[in-house]
Amino acid sequence: MRALPQGARVYVGIIVVSAVAIVLIGPYSGIDLQTLVLVAILFVVAESISTAVLKGVRAGISPSSAVSLAAVVLVGPVGAAVVGFASCLTIRRMDLVKRAFNGAQFALAAYAAGHVYLLLGGTVGEPGREDFPAVVLPYVAAVLTHSLVNSVLIGTLMWALGVVRPGSRSRLHWRPLVAVELSSMGYQMLGLAIAAVWGGVGLVAPLLVLLPLFIARWTFAQQLDEARAHEATLATLCQAVETKDYYTRGHCMRVAEGAAMIARELGMPAERVQKIRYAGMLHDIGKLGVPTKVLQKTGKLTDDEYAAIKLHPTRGYEIVREISFLDEALAGIRHHHERLDGRGYPMGLVGMEIPESARIISVADVFDCLTSTRSYRQAWSAEDAIAELRACAGTQFDPRMVEALVRAVEREGWETPDIAEPPGGCYTEADPTNRTCPGSVDTAAGDEAPAPAPVPEPEEEAADTAAPADAVTGGSER
Amino acid sequence: MMTQKQSDGAGTSRPALSGPEGGALSHQRPRGPLWRTARPFRAVLVGSVGAGALAALVWTAATGFVEPYVALAFCLVIAVGELARITLPGSREVAPIASAGAISYAFLLTLGAGPLHHSAWQVVAVVALGVALGELPHVAVGRSPRVEDAVRRVLAATVLAVAFRPLAEQLGLVGPSVTATLLMAALVLLTWFADSLVAAVLRAERLRTRLMVAVRDELRAQFATGAAIGSSGVLIALACTVTGLAGLLVFTAPLLVSQAAFRRHAEVRRTYLETVRALSRVTEVGGYVENGHSRRVSQLSHGIACELGLAEAELLELEYAALMHDIGQLSLREPIAGGATVLASPREQRRIAELGSAIIRETGVLDNVAETVRRQCEPLAGDGDEGVPPLGSRIIKVANAFDDLVGENGDAERRAAVLERLRMDTDSEYDPRVVDALASVLARV
Repeated sequence: MRALPQGARVYVGIIVVSAVAIVLIGPYSGIDLQTLVLVAILFVVAESISTAVLKGVRAGISPSSAVSLAAVVLVGPVGAAVVGFASCLTIRRMDLVKRAFNGAQFALAAYAAGHVYLLLGGTVGEPGREDFPAVVLPYVAAVLTHSLVNSVLIGTLMWALGVVRPGSRSRLHWRPLVAVELSSMGYQMLGLAIAAVWGGVGLVAPLLVLLPLFIARWTFAQQLDEARAHEATLATLCQAVETKDYYTRGHCMRVAEGAAMIARELGMPAERVQKIRYAGMLHDIGKLGVPTKVLQKTGKLTDDEYAAIKLHPTRGYEIVREISFLDEALAGIRHHHERLDGRGYPMGLVGMEIPESARIISVADVFDCLTSTRSYRQAWSAEDAIAELRACAGTQFDPRMVEALVRAVEREGWETPDIAEPPGGCYTEADPTNRTCPGSVDTAAGDEAPAPAPVPEPEEEAADTAAPADAVTGGSER
Repeated sequence: MMTQKQSDGAGTSRPALSGPEGGALSHQRPRGPLWRTARPFRAVLVGSVGAGALAALVWTAATGFVEPYVALAFCLVIAVGELARITLPGSREVAPIASAGAISYAFLLTLGAGPLHHSAWQVVAVVALGVALGELPHVAVGRSPRVEDAVRRVLAATVLAVAFRPLAEQLGLVGPSVTATLLMAALVLLTWFADSLVAAVLRAERLRTRLMVAVRDELRAQFATGAAIGSSGVLIALACTVTGLAGLLVFTAPLLVSQAAFRRHAEVRRTYLETVRALSRVTEVGGYVENGHSRRVSQLSHGIACELGLAEAELLELEYAALMHDIGQLSLREPIAGGATVLASPREQRRIAELGSAIIRETGVLDNVAETVRRQCEPLAGDGDEGVPPLGSRIIKVANAFDDLVGENGDAERRAAVLERLRMDTDSEYDPRVVDALASVLARV
């Protein structure tokens, strides 16, 4: 935080000063001091535990904010501000500026929530039987205010720091944020529970309330770990298969990224993007079922050999179809060699019969292939590849997907692979000379692609001419 | 050779085998008359709790429900919670909201307007009714519950109600107080422990594993859910004394959040397992090993490991290792004849194991699995100075050799012959304990 931009420094200053002013000015009349101190201590303890236990859970407000909301009911806006400000005493490694800002931010949010609560007729103090259910409405309003003020304060800081720019990119990520906010508000409803049982059981109350919350967050953290492990395992296995298959390494990962970029650009929900990413990763796993000598063959393919190659999307589908969470993305693996004009395989689907995920993966697949170096040609530049994709949009590709990829690549860039290293070591017996494909598909440029651009998907043509078998497998080698 | 292998490797689709954690072993229907079930404890438990609940229901109906609206409200919450039950890793079925609702009804002392008088039997009746109502839609669409888990939920509520309600009357507890809270917390803790024991007995009976191992597994697995359910149950009971029935709705919210987290976690775990299972087939599709080999080895290993008393976490790692034990073959120049590694030269076997282990280690998260795979072909005394290979490796070695030698459709005679052959090698190659365990697993099939 040393090098805070000027704007951010002023902003943090204003927030901290106003929070301190609120805490200093009061008024403190009518606040039960003992309750105030207890709640403040409780908040600090809960915050400390939550940061210690929940390392790695970055999103969302910690469960302890329920205590801050309980303070709104128990000790009113000023008391709640004090409790919120106490969070800067939290035991954790954090530098002073950050600490002060956090405390001030909690204080302001709680103060605002407290006033909204009072405004709507909530009463300060332990709620009794007669207060229910009338107190629920002002409390909900207080929770909303708390979330809102918090988000605005943090959002402004992020903007001042230049972390986020208001623009098209951030628009795409609002869904998970909303989910996090909603679950945080669920937690905060519990502040009312703490307040309600405070009179009867005192300090035991927050224990009962916070325990399930901490457990939920802990489970969430574990789940993130597990998800990461899943991803790592999937990626590794894909790469292991790939190495065997004489692919340029990393093809599956780049296709996964490309497919995810397109899906995000189309505004798909995060979960679906993830599925399509995985499908992109797995799209060529069926190649393992194609005999190596067919994949390596440089001469003309017999009908049988061509049929074997055409089987690979179906084989891949057979391998992964039991991964139930992929559901519709499975179709993406099965149909990633279909063409809009119906000349693809395995089923020759036409136009919008081709599942959306397949149309996405097909574009990402060919794009990565064109932009990576092959032993028989240099990598194309992204611009050339885009021009080629555009040329084939409508016949081979869905123009919507192509344009989405173009937009995403323009914004985020595209990481082209390093020089294709021949798969080396003990993993392969590939004789590099087998893979050289002089002339390659340029000679096989077909009808729909204006020269000099080669057609990215020259299956039929290649089968007829003496094109290398690598090219015929689609996706990658052409 | 290879082409032919592939055509029957990938062309034929096999029925989906559900792996051990999916509960392949749990769906063994007892053959013969009902009283000769393979799982007597489960039968007794279900029978007695069912009868008890029915009796409580009849008795309560006959004498009339006290405070019927309160009973109805809790019954509905329990039913909804039961409807929203989730399955956690290890095919454990839980219904956090139903359980918390049951606990809070057992503990409910007052709703503000004077004390409540419902008896322990009424609690049992309401909980049983709620669970039954909530299961109805599931049964209607053919998702029948794990009966023993539903029964355990009723049993826990019964124990709590029978212990708490008379005691509360004697102590004169009428509202939230520290005494009441402590009593509730203590009872919840005890019940959680007892319930885990029951679950452990059921698990040991189902998987044929050792009881102590099952107890440890259950205590660990039930910890998070138990704490969340218990604290929420107590909280709702206490808060309802202040807020009235509205509290029941408001304070179920945190549990809803926990439940969502549990559900997500279970999904991720299931997906992980499914992924590894599916991808373990790449060696089959690639023509390296026989069809279904990885899964058969994995299931055999699971059976043997249960017999030898491996803990749940180790079982999972073993399953991953067993599924991926042949993945090193992907890096081979030529597939081994018939894919049977047991027939390959020791040097070659080692190379496959090491290549596979290297691939698995790449993930960065499965180091133990990688180690198990690396040492899977070492003889009993181990290679070099690393000592005896881990138990998981020894298990996979036996299971792999057995499956390689028996093949996909081995009959009983062939199995016996192969087992005999493995036994002859127990002084140098195979661990005699593992081979014995394999024998008892085979005896059950």
